[in-house]
Amino acid sequence: MTLRLADIDQSAIARAQDRVPRAFGRTPLERALVLALWGLGLAFLGWCLVRFNVNPVRVWNGLDRLGMIAGDMLRPAARGEFWNFLRALMESIAMAFLGTLIASAIGLPLGLLAARNVLPNRVTRFILRRKFEFLRGVDPLIWALVYVRAVGLGPLAGVLAIATSDTGTMAKLYSEAIETADRRTADGVRAAGGAGAQVVRLGMLPQVLPVMVANTLYMFESNTRSATILGVVGAGGIGFELSDRIRAHQWDQVGFLILMIIVAVAVIDIISYTLRNRLINAGRDLPPSLTVRLWRRASSGWRRV
Amino acid sequence: MSQTDTDSAPKSDGFAAFELDFQRRSRRRLLAWVVGLALLVALTIWAADISRFTVERLARGLPRIGDYIWLTLPELTLGNFFGDIAYWFYAFPRWLNLLLDTFLIALLATAIGGVIALGLSFIASRNLVSSYWLYFVTRRALEIARTVPEVVYALIFVVAFGVGPLAGLLAITIHTVGALGKLFSEVNENIDPAPMEAVRACGGGWFTVMRFAVLPQVMPGVTAYVLWRLELNIRAAAIIGFVGAGGIGQELYTAISMNYYEDISAMVLMIVLVVTLIDLTSERVRHALIGRAAFEKV
Repeated sequence: MTLRLADIDQSAIARAQDRVPRAFGRTPLERALVLALWGLGLAFLGWCLVRFNVNPVRVWNGLDRLGMIAGDMLRPAARGEFWNFLRALMESIAMAFLGTLIASAIGLPLGLLAARNVLPNRVTRFILRRKFEFLRGVDPLIWALVYVRAVGLGPLAGVLAIATSDTGTMAKLYSEAIETADRRTADGVRAAGGAGAQVVRLGMLPQVLPVMVANTLYMFESNTRSATILGVVGAGGIGFELSDRIRAHQWDQVGFLILMIIVAVAVIDIISYTLRNRLINAGRDLPPSLTVRLWRRASSGWRRV
Repeated sequence: MSQTDTDSAPKSDGFAAFELDFQRRSRRRLLAWVVGLALLVALTIWAADISRFTVERLARGLPRIGDYIWLTLPELTLGNFFGDIAYWFYAFPRWLNLLLDTFLIALLATAIGGVIALGLSFIASRNLVSSYWLYFVTRRALEIARTVPEVVYALIFVVAFGVGPLAGLLAITIHTVGALGKLFSEVNENIDPAPMEAVRACGGGWFTVMRFAVLPQVMPGVTAYVLWRLELNIRAAAIIGFVGAGGIGQELYTAISMNYYEDISAMVLMIVLVVTLIDLTSERVRHALIGRAAFEKV
């Protein structure tokens, strides 16, 4: 049966709408339901805002003050403290580096113990995994606050905070990497008379070492980000200068410090990407991050992608 | 070498070449290891020097850490177990209320940030906008929004909006917009262009194309990312109170700085429980969503 345009009139459309109502959009019931959901969501939002003691006057005054702050921050200046700031930034990077190093030194044996193909003991694996989860579940900032109380103000507390919260992450990443190892190599070592540690060293580690090193580099990268804020609670690094300047309302210096953090994070992103790419699979590139793409674009002349 | 053994000459040459190559390779490998190790050691010494990390300080500090953690642990006796638990969690209703604040900050920040990010992601996708500058400016704005840590935003907003959850809500929202906007626009850039052409052929404008051709395609990916962000935002909301931006963090900060030892362990335990609970729930929902989306494509 062919349908000609001339045959379509109001009654034909009505008949079609009767037969397949949903092809013409939402039915009235559905429309009411969607509307009710939106209403509920907005009511919930309103309830939360009342709970948070938010009112238009407060928002308006806040935005006014924020405008002034932003205006000052957009004229960043170190005002003679550049070297001091750079030292603080270096301190943050050093904290991230040492923290990552300690975390991987402790995380490696733990990760081995928690890997199914190294130690096929269900009970130890369960206990270790839960322990990793607890270490990861508590934020580095909480650890930093605790360590500042225990070892005093300064970067040592920051190093320990990063190391503690990262040991869990590292151990988890390592054990997952080791579990992906091809077991035939390990069997080969065993067949040649190797046992215990030799199997791990010669049969498993060569396969998974590049992935593990790449994961460590990635963690270093992400730790640099957290090391920049640990100073807020007194654990050293650029975060200390930053929170100090914010409390003193030195907005031009705040703008400068934030700029320094952005640049440092971008540089470390590029270095870590280059190293990781070289480690894992020289043939196929990792998906490049935005910073890396920007870097490439900048180094090969600005052109449209 | 005798003249009669004609085919042994090239063979031994081959062996010699192999041996030479092998030695060269292992020398290079050894060199790479030595240089890498030396670099690592140098960096470690530099880092230890800058962060004043000495064995002596560590040895002095470590026992104190053990003492500190021991002090935070509550006294639980078998005889009066439930009484001890009640004593440990004496402020349970107040903490639960603050934890609800933390959860609401994270939830609202994820919802509001997600909606804004979704809106911005359409103009931050190369395949959806014709103006390169619009795309470029949006992408850079999103980048700035996510590079600055939440805590820094919170510090600034506490000065502007005063102490309380509003500062934390805004701080996490801005960070969320930056992080999700980037991920959403990457989802947008991977869609099938055919439905867009279909809507355009029916006379749809830009907004209609976004609503009826792009949105249905990206919705599963977008939902999964939003849930994943909710997990991260709960963690952020729990600590944002350290700088006065509301939630349980503020109370935890007070407890730690005033040395209310047992309160610390009680609150940390509650935070870890809630974070884990939300992680597990969201992971389950995400896997279900992604599984279904993958199934629909087949």
